[in-house]
Amino acid sequence: MEKMEKAVITVVGKDMVGILAKVSDMCAQQGVNVLEVTQSILQDLFVMVMLVDMTKAQTDVAVLSEQMDGLGQKLGLKIHVMHEDIFNSMHRI
Amino acid sequence: MNTNEILETIEMIDNENLDVRTITMGISLLDCAGPDPEAAAQKVYDKICRYAENLVKTGEDISRQYGIPIINKRISVTPIAIVAGACPGASPVRFAKALDRAARTVGVNFIGGYSALVQKGFGPGDYALIESIPEALSETELVCSSVNIGSTKAGINMDAVGKMGKIVRQAAELTADRECIGAAKLVVFCNAPEDNPFMAGAFHGPGEPDCVINVGVSGPGVVRAAIQKSGGGLTLTEIAELIKRTAFKITRMGQLVAQEASRRLNMPFGIVDLSLAPTPAIGDSVAYILEGMGLEQCGAHGTTAALALLNDAVKKGGVMASSSVGGLSGAFIPVTEDAGMIAAARSGCLTLSKLEAMTAVCSVGLDMIVIPGDATPEIISGIIADEAAIGMVNSKTTAVRVIPAIGKQAGEELDFGGLLGQGPVMPVNTASPAGFIGRGGKIPAPLQSLKN
Repeated sequence: MEKMEKAVITVVGKDMVGILAKVSDMCAQQGVNVLEVTQSILQDLFVMVMLVDMTKAQTDVAVLSEQMDGLGQKLGLKIHVMHEDIFNSMHRI
Repeated sequence: MNTNEILETIEMIDNENLDVRTITMGISLLDCAGPDPEAAAQKVYDKICRYAENLVKTGEDISRQYGIPIINKRISVTPIAIVAGACPGASPVRFAKALDRAARTVGVNFIGGYSALVQKGFGPGDYALIESIPEALSETELVCSSVNIGSTKAGINMDAVGKMGKIVRQAAELTADRECIGAAKLVVFCNAPEDNPFMAGAFHGPGEPDCVINVGVSGPGVVRAAIQKSGGGLTLTEIAELIKRTAFKITRMGQLVAQEASRRLNMPFGIVDLSLAPTPAIGDSVAYILEGMGLEQCGAHGTTAALALLNDAVKKGGVMASSSVGGLSGAFIPVTEDAGMIAAARSGCLTLSKLEAMTAVCSVGLDMIVIPGDATPEIISGIIADEAAIGMVNSKTTAVRVIPAIGKQAGEELDFGGLLGQGPVMPVNTASPAGFIGRGGKIPAPLQSLKN
């Protein structure tokens, strides 16, 4: 079986209507499968973390990252897309 | 996965200048030597271009795909004195030009290895190469040069020390119209590591494989932020633990990038260098870490102790995070590249003699220090000899990269721009060591060298 290629999308900014919808809509357009979502409000900031599967995506992490960055700028949010390996290597022994 | 850990990583990259400082490809040029200097220089150019063809693109791809900034892509090569030794009588500067051309072709921002290893004496090619350094650094832009003049095993070659005082000055004089940049690309080492990925002192040692990928991580900003967030309540024992944990995370990221680069370029992974390398960016400063521990300003009494704690904790945290650690691995204290050090040097709190003491406990030496333009070659040689002695006796790497500011005096400044930064001319002790330096000969290897 092919190894799953996972990425983490984080959204940080002021809470408003439709953030989850817009971000997941962009994922759907690119064939990126959302596996997990957690969101919370931290010190007045909306924080959402999405774990996504890129295995069947029509794009790679780099391109998705640029598109999400564009969306983030439009909405006044910070959206990051990073490879799962980064977090695993930094925070797990 | 834990949300806080994810946000911590994002915060480090976004606000605390976490990055991989350099992916450095080491390339052996031993097979390029030959009696015809033109043909040898062409071989050097061809081999570098062939091996490093995809280095920059691969670095950029990894950076984009993983979302980690990778600031520099660089190359280190076999000390050119060894290659040029095969064609005596021909000027080695042609090799510097070949290196410069190759660096431009493959798109790296520095290439290191216009070097000679003369700790025990001058071999064929060494003297000619050292003589040519000022011209080579003036006529090229991307080439960096280093000379190893001492080691714990061999002692200090004082003939070479005397020579290098003149060479450093000439390198500055020939580039006086460009902020004396020549001297900023020249490092004089004792105990030079053969796998150092950081410029200007990088070269690919004769004991290294044909090619190798070394990675230098960074992150003074991350360590500073961790200490700042912890507030004033921690004891130094707790600070050391905090630095260790932070260094571990930084190094793991470097290890990931190093393995990925090595896999994609199909070249062996060499080492991760754990150094905390500051940049002039606000907050990305080793001096601010020391100040964060409670010193009013870097240079105050207590600075050496704080730096010793930092240097040791970085190594302890980093060494477990990587399968192979090497290079310089510790905290750098390059004055012009560190916003906090620049401020401390300007205010007079940080002096040359304090910096010399600090080099006994950090990973390198007197680095990126601007000295008055009228400092004589003998004074520069004296500075080099003192540093080399500290390195030799303590079995550690020390180095001197001072920039004589031709035509300028204490209080004036040089501005190199970019990562090399800017800084004030720092006064030196003007009493003459000429008689001592002029004796020549060698300082014998210390008792510490007899370990067998």
